[in-house]
Amino acid sequence: MTEPGVAEAQERPGIIDAVPVRHPGRYVAIAVIAVLVLMFLHMVLTNPAFNWPFVFEAMNQSIVIEGFIKGTLMCTVLAMFFGVIGGVILAIMRLSTNPVLRAVSWAYTWFFRAIPRLVLLTIMGVLGILFPLNRGGLSFGVPFDWVFIDWLGLSGDWRFYSVDANTLFSGFIGAIIGLAASEAAYMAEIARAGINSVDRGQMEAAQAVGMSRSLAMRRIVLPQAMRVIVPPTGNETIAMLKDTSLLIALPLSTEMFFQLSQIGARTFQLFPVFVAATLYYLIATSVLMVGQAYLEKRFGRGFGTTVTATKDKAASGLQAGAAK
Amino acid sequence: MSETQHNPTHLVRAVNVIKHFGSNEVLKGVDLTVDRGEVVCLLGPSGSGKTTFLRLINQMETLTGGRIWVDDELIGLVERNGKLHVRKDSDIARQRSRIGMVFQRFNLFPHMTALENVTEAPTKVKKIPKAAAQAEARQLLEMVGLAERASYYPAQLSGGQQQRVAIARALAMKPDLMLFDEPTSALDPELVGEVLKVMRDLAAGGTTMIVVTHEMAFAREAADRVVFMDAGVVVEEGPPNDVLLDPQHERTRNFLRRVKDEREAEIAYEEETARALEDLGGA
Repeated sequence: MTEPGVAEAQERPGIIDAVPVRHPGRYVAIAVIAVLVLMFLHMVLTNPAFNWPFVFEAMNQSIVIEGFIKGTLMCTVLAMFFGVIGGVILAIMRLSTNPVLRAVSWAYTWFFRAIPRLVLLTIMGVLGILFPLNRGGLSFGVPFDWVFIDWLGLSGDWRFYSVDANTLFSGFIGAIIGLAASEAAYMAEIARAGINSVDRGQMEAAQAVGMSRSLAMRRIVLPQAMRVIVPPTGNETIAMLKDTSLLIALPLSTEMFFQLSQIGARTFQLFPVFVAATLYYLIATSVLMVGQAYLEKRFGRGFGTTVTATKDKAASGLQAGAAK
Repeated sequence: MSETQHNPTHLVRAVNVIKHFGSNEVLKGVDLTVDRGEVVCLLGPSGSGKTTFLRLINQMETLTGGRIWVDDELIGLVERNGKLHVRKDSDIARQRSRIGMVFQRFNLFPHMTALENVTEAPTKVKKIPKAAAQAEARQLLEMVGLAERASYYPAQLSGGQQQRVAIARALAMKPDLMLFDEPTSALDPELVGEVLKVMRDLAAGGTTMIVVTHEMAFAREAADRVVFMDAGVVVEEGPPNDVLLDPQHERTRNFLRRVKDEREAEIAYEEETARALEDLGGA
């Protein structure tokens, strides 16, 4: 009797068709999760507290949509725009050879990272108290003008422009100043890490062809640093989107969460309006994630994260052209 | 003072160059003069200060003592009313733009194509129109044998190709002087030749070059003069055949002997491999 195993052993081993390791635990986990998901969906769809018609009605209110566009999206975009620019400037200051600039950058980052955003925005809301209108509000002009005027025996003032500090520090402008000021501190650390991640030889090579430090920073170092800066900046943007809900502390009345809360308070339908807010934040965050993926690809050029075939290069060239 | 007298045939004149890194004295008074169109190879054991000397010429480091002139201009310093002043950054950038430098690690800009690497400085520093800069860059890439690789990113090129792009990038600024800092040390052995060929062509074309290298064959063939440095001083200099074949100083002899021993071991190994391959072919 010839055993099949022996006959096979004389042949050379070929294609492997082996029985995979079984994972019975996986099936148990799938079953448990399926039950939990079903229970959750059932609750979401049948629990009267959700009051879905009201959720969609609340989402459809023009004042809520306006709050989403102006209060949530616009504030996120503008606060991040100024926050990123501020952060890059702070990072460059921090890495400069000038000790005063380094110290200022360090102190700024220390101060604004130490203050919770909710507290910062609350303080912003009452900051008008520092520059009351009966003392001229917040003015721009010659520093310490009253001292010089007193010395020269003149009267009047040397202030060219005055604003009501209450309008500056509260409302939409205040919201952007507050959030951007806080964001700049975080972005400074991210940008500094990015700039430091670029090989020193890059700055040397750029300077060797006659570029100034600032030109080399702009054209050579920062574009490479972006590869390291973009992913955490995406996270910061998503965090900022959610932190716009803190503008309730300022308060910014055009902000979405503020408006939805007001509707909830008026109609005693608190839970549905919170669901409505959650849905808005989910939608906006999903869109931002797509944008982040695109940016990461864009700034990964030349680093092997993009496929190296020539036909791909034509495509990325088109993308780059479209981005310009 | 005769030291400040300018001789128009001299392109580089270094007098008593001293460089300290903290308490570490890397250069202890180097004198070197390079004429226009001359190719000078700096040889010497690692740590002898040859790379530091090269980096001082291009102000990648600042001088501790001594003076360097390129053309008739003092490098990094300017004399006003009998007092030395440190040059402004913009002035240093202008001086650097007249000196091309090729690095051991290439240091190409990885986010730019080969062509963009070459056009970057002419368009952004010299403000040459883009089309003209590109036409010139294509000529330079053609000269280093990489015309068809113009749209490749550095990561898509071999080390030898990257170094040739780096040479084209340095040449794009039409420098008076080219500095090479061990341009072939980071390359795989089979890629060294293509870079040395470009450098030989440059040398033959009359470019003034200072080359820090370990390639003795290149030094013999392409250099007008060889300078042997050790422990921060110039030990010996002269025509390559004199210094390399008939060294006068013990330190030069020791260094060359070491290089020769290494080379012989390499050749013996290569011959053994070649014989083994021949036997294989016969079987």
